[in-house]
Amino acid sequence: MNSSADPFVSFREVQKSYDGEILVVKNLNLDIAKGEFLTMLGPSGSGKSTCLMMLAGFEPATNGEIYLGGRPINKVPPHKRGIGMVFQNYALFPHMSVSENLAYPLQVRKMSGADVKAKVKRALDMVELGDFGDRRPAQLSGGQQQRVAVARALVFEPDLVLMDEPLGALDKQLREQMQYEIKHIHEQLGVTVVYVTHDQTEALTMSDRVAVFNDGVIQQLSTPDDLYERPQNAFVAQFIGENNTLSGTVEHIDGSKCTVKTDGGDTVIAEKVNVDKVGDRTTLSLRPERVELDPSSAMDDVLPGKIEELIYLGDHIRVRVDVAGNDEFIVKVRNRSDMRPLAAGQAVQIGWNSSDCKALDFTG
Amino acid sequence: MSEVSAQQNPNAILSDDGVPLKQKLARTTRTLKWRAFLLTLPLVLFLFISFVLPIGQMLLRSVHNPSASNVLPQFAEIIQDWDEQGLPDEAVFAAFVDDMQTAKKNREIGKTIGNLATRMNYEMPGTRSLFTSTGRKVNKIKAGPYKEALLKTNKKWDNPVIWRTLKRVSRDYTPAFYLAALDRKYDDDGNIVRADELYQIYVSNFGKTLGMSVVITFFCFILAFPVAYLLSTLPMRTSNLLMILVLLPFWTSLLVRTTAWIAILQTEGIINDILVYLGVVADDGRIQMIYNQTGTIISMVHILLPFMILPLYSVMKTISPSYMRAARSMGGTPFNAFRRIYFPQTLPGIAAGTLLVFILSIGFYITPALVGGEDGILISNLIAYHIQKSLNWSLGAALGAILLVVILVLYWLYNKLVGIEKLSFG
Amino acid sequence: MKLPKLLLSSLIAAGLMSTAGLAQAGSHSESITVVSWGGAYTKSQVEAYHKPWIAKTGKQIKSEDYNGGTAEIKAQVEAGNVTWDLVDVELSDAIRACDEGLLETIDHSELPAGADGKPATEDFMEGTLHECAVANIVWSTIFAYDKSKMADGPKTIADFFDLEKFPGKRGLRKNPKSNLEFALMADGVAAKDVYEVLATEEGVDRAFKKLDSIKDSVIWWEAGAQPPQLLADGEVAMTTAYNGRIFNAVAGEDKPFEIVWDGQIWDLDLWVIPKGAKNKDLAMDFLKFSTATEQLAAQASYISYGPARMSSAPLVGKYHNKDIDMGPQMPTAPDNLTNAVQNNFEFWADNQDQLSERFNAWLAG
Repeated sequence: MNSSADPFVSFREVQKSYDGEILVVKNLNLDIAKGEFLTMLGPSGSGKSTCLMMLAGFEPATNGEIYLGGRPINKVPPHKRGIGMVFQNYALFPHMSVSENLAYPLQVRKMSGADVKAKVKRALDMVELGDFGDRRPAQLSGGQQQRVAVARALVFEPDLVLMDEPLGALDKQLREQMQYEIKHIHEQLGVTVVYVTHDQTEALTMSDRVAVFNDGVIQQLSTPDDLYERPQNAFVAQFIGENNTLSGTVEHIDGSKCTVKTDGGDTVIAEKVNVDKVGDRTTLSLRPERVELDPSSAMDDVLPGKIEELIYLGDHIRVRVDVAGNDEFIVKVRNRSDMRPLAAGQAVQIGWNSSDCKALDFTG
Repeated sequence: MSEVSAQQNPNAILSDDGVPLKQKLARTTRTLKWRAFLLTLPLVLFLFISFVLPIGQMLLRSVHNPSASNVLPQFAEIIQDWDEQGLPDEAVFAAFVDDMQTAKKNREIGKTIGNLATRMNYEMPGTRSLFTSTGRKVNKIKAGPYKEALLKTNKKWDNPVIWRTLKRVSRDYTPAFYLAALDRKYDDDGNIVRADELYQIYVSNFGKTLGMSVVITFFCFILAFPVAYLLSTLPMRTSNLLMILVLLPFWTSLLVRTTAWIAILQTEGIINDILVYLGVVADDGRIQMIYNQTGTIISMVHILLPFMILPLYSVMKTISPSYMRAARSMGGTPFNAFRRIYFPQTLPGIAAGTLLVFILSIGFYITPALVGGEDGILISNLIAYHIQKSLNWSLGAALGAILLVVILVLYWLYNKLVGIEKLSFG
Repeated sequence: MKLPKLLLSSLIAAGLMSTAGLAQAGSHSESITVVSWGGAYTKSQVEAYHKPWIAKTGKQIKSEDYNGGTAEIKAQVEAGNVTWDLVDVELSDAIRACDEGLLETIDHSELPAGADGKPATEDFMEGTLHECAVANIVWSTIFAYDKSKMADGPKTIADFFDLEKFPGKRGLRKNPKSNLEFALMADGVAAKDVYEVLATEEGVDRAFKKLDSIKDSVIWWEAGAQPPQLLADGEVAMTTAYNGRIFNAVAGEDKPFEIVWDGQIWDLDLWVIPKGAKNKDLAMDFLKFSTATEQLAAQASYISYGPARMSSAPLVGKYHNKDIDMGPQMPTAPDNLTNAVQNNFEFWADNQDQLSERFNAWLAG
């Protein structure tokens, strides 16, 4: 997934403003390799959709240049970019049958009738809707419509497919199923996909790389495991997965480690990720499943705490503890038969390894 | 009870107390249905009184005109046996004179000799005075033979055509008004023939009304489509402002708007003044833009424009911009995407708008009356003429009924071509 | 259960109606609604009839305008809701409405005797008293022009149709009545033969053909107040009009209009009482008052319409606030009658429907 050699899509210093006052996209640089599945993830208003629209050609970049296959495309109108797109609500043409929907991109390319027919059939078979060609979109279920939208974006064999929150309208179960289907189609066809979502699970499940957007800036661009394991800043750590935070001040730096005095008065050893010098304020980030209650083996940091609340979830128990001045601290305890009984109000020891405790930028 | 119903339909599912489930369900929902019906009752009554009854009465009036038999009850009955050869016999004349004398004496509204004369004059122009003058003299006839006595009051009674026409007119139900409304009439022998060309007015006016409605609808569509598109794509604040501009004329009295057009379009009006000032036309060569068809078309397009814009707008508003984007992303040129994706989706709005404007313009009255001059008047103005001026309500009713039929036929055709279920006002 | 309810509701309804009736009787007994043609004409009636009557009786008059025809009377009578008590109508309409039973009959013996003591039936000019109508004035349809714009103006009815000699728009009433007569007279038919010719199909064709020759230059008017306005605005070079309207524009507003009496068509205006008028007796009282010798003569000092009573003629003097002798302004003045025709109500009663149809077809064509 190295994108340095010859990027297929490239954003160079791209800026976008709608009103001339606020930049919704600030100096965006992004390279996407051919065949890659890249997800733009971020909360609403973070600029991810705007980037997609600029790439599709529906919004002009205010500044900077976008390249597609090495060619600058700022001046190329959308219909000449050859980019397939799946829209949030599918945008299936309601007055056309499924087959006609699929035939449209082929017809505007002046393809012969027989070719159109064959390609439409192949595309429908691919999404397992071979028998639904004559139906109107309104006669299909949400999942079926979704598949038609995907098939339609792919039927004219574009090299690049954009997907704008395509699964947002589906219920949870269907959404998970569709995630796999889209992933499989991507692997099968080798097409480049740029996918926009605000659902981190979706992003982690499907993508080769994820660009986390916030405030018009890419906060981190990494593989899914990297994002989770090695968040570069407090926003990414917060946004991806569950996260405990402790505020503190850096007291000592030692290579890749640092010592932090928490606001609760405890001293903690953490991995230095996003702090510069002694005296910096920092937010410590800890995943709930990396923290142990009453650790049996020796750990880098062990702090005293008190159980506030227990939530039974079957395979694990969520334990809310008050530790180092944070009473919203969550610990996930695996449900084992040999564990000692827990109760609210109980005093406990809480421990973790310093490599799981990231000292990140301070968020207050 | 349960046995009986079970026997009637062995497959019927019974509820716990043995009553078939269907019956039970019907019983429980009946009250609800009645209550719902009662809620609509005021409207049903209102529609019946304000719409069904008047229309029914109009239809009846167009074929039912008992003026003659009201005035001449005895005569109307026995004249029907007359073989139409020569003059009727003495008994008929006796009945005629007696009826005339009674009518003269009673002067009952709707049953006077004047009513008879009016009715006869429709079918046989120029006979009104024969009846009214005879009415003034008829009391002098004291005894028979009545034929002779009547002929003595006026020798025109010697004309068999009058008696043949009277026989026809004495029937309460007559197609005569529909004939007149279609530029047809009875000739002296009772055959249906075309009216003299100089007296033909209705058929050509129906044609003109339809033609002008098509033109008006077309111009409304051409003008409204881009405006509605703009309204539906602009941001809310701007589009609201524009919408007010569109609706503003809607909130202004029809009369005021029409008068405004008179001020603008007349020969001494603003447009002509500007043209003269600019030297485009000479002062004595001012263009006649009003009191003719052009004036009617211009002001009616203006007045009916909102009826086209609103359904178009409300339909366009529901068309997500993502459709056009999708089409563009798939390689459709802007024009192709518009033609194949956007335009077909606006069809329900176009259907609603055109039908609305067309039907409204077919029956429009005030504007053509004010700015139509002589050649810009529509069929509704002729109907109004017969209701208000000539007082030939039956002919007015017949014209109205034909207009109604024309609209229903068009509606049916429209349904065949477009499908009324596709119609959408948004 | 049902019966008492029904009874109750009908009682309430009856109660409402009776109070409504009382209220109506209360408010209407003191006033009558008099309907006339508006403008200068109604004004002359208000001055000569209404004001003295109100002063004498203490009752009120509600004055309404209309544009002629019997449509409203018919609608009111047939609906059984007659709000008009007295209406000023043309002769043909009076006859027709009377024939159709839409009017109350009027006992001529009740009318006041003339100033000279002659009974009313002898004092009124011939043909001015009818079964249901009493004439008040003689009026005329003439044509007029603006002499400030046309120094050497038209002299005859033929000039009205001569677009070459007198270019410009023409105003005509949007009605076949009087237009067909004018057309025939302009085409050379003698005044006395007009209706004879018009009774034939050829005569009608001839009249329409003559109208055709100016059709493109015609501006059509409907209300009596329009022609003086059209002349004043310069919209037309000459127009047909009711003579009183033109006279009042001249006398009252100093307009430079000139009346051409050649080919004038004179007619009567009559009072009628719609059948079932709510204030029939009071209306009859007003009718008797207004058609007395002095009132008719008084009206003639406000508008140039001739009184229908012979005994009024000697009393006709000058215009109410100017030194203009009213006598020569009357349609009945001998000088004005040299080429004149009286409107033939019988002809129009017989042919109005048919000729209107042809007229409308001709207009639209």
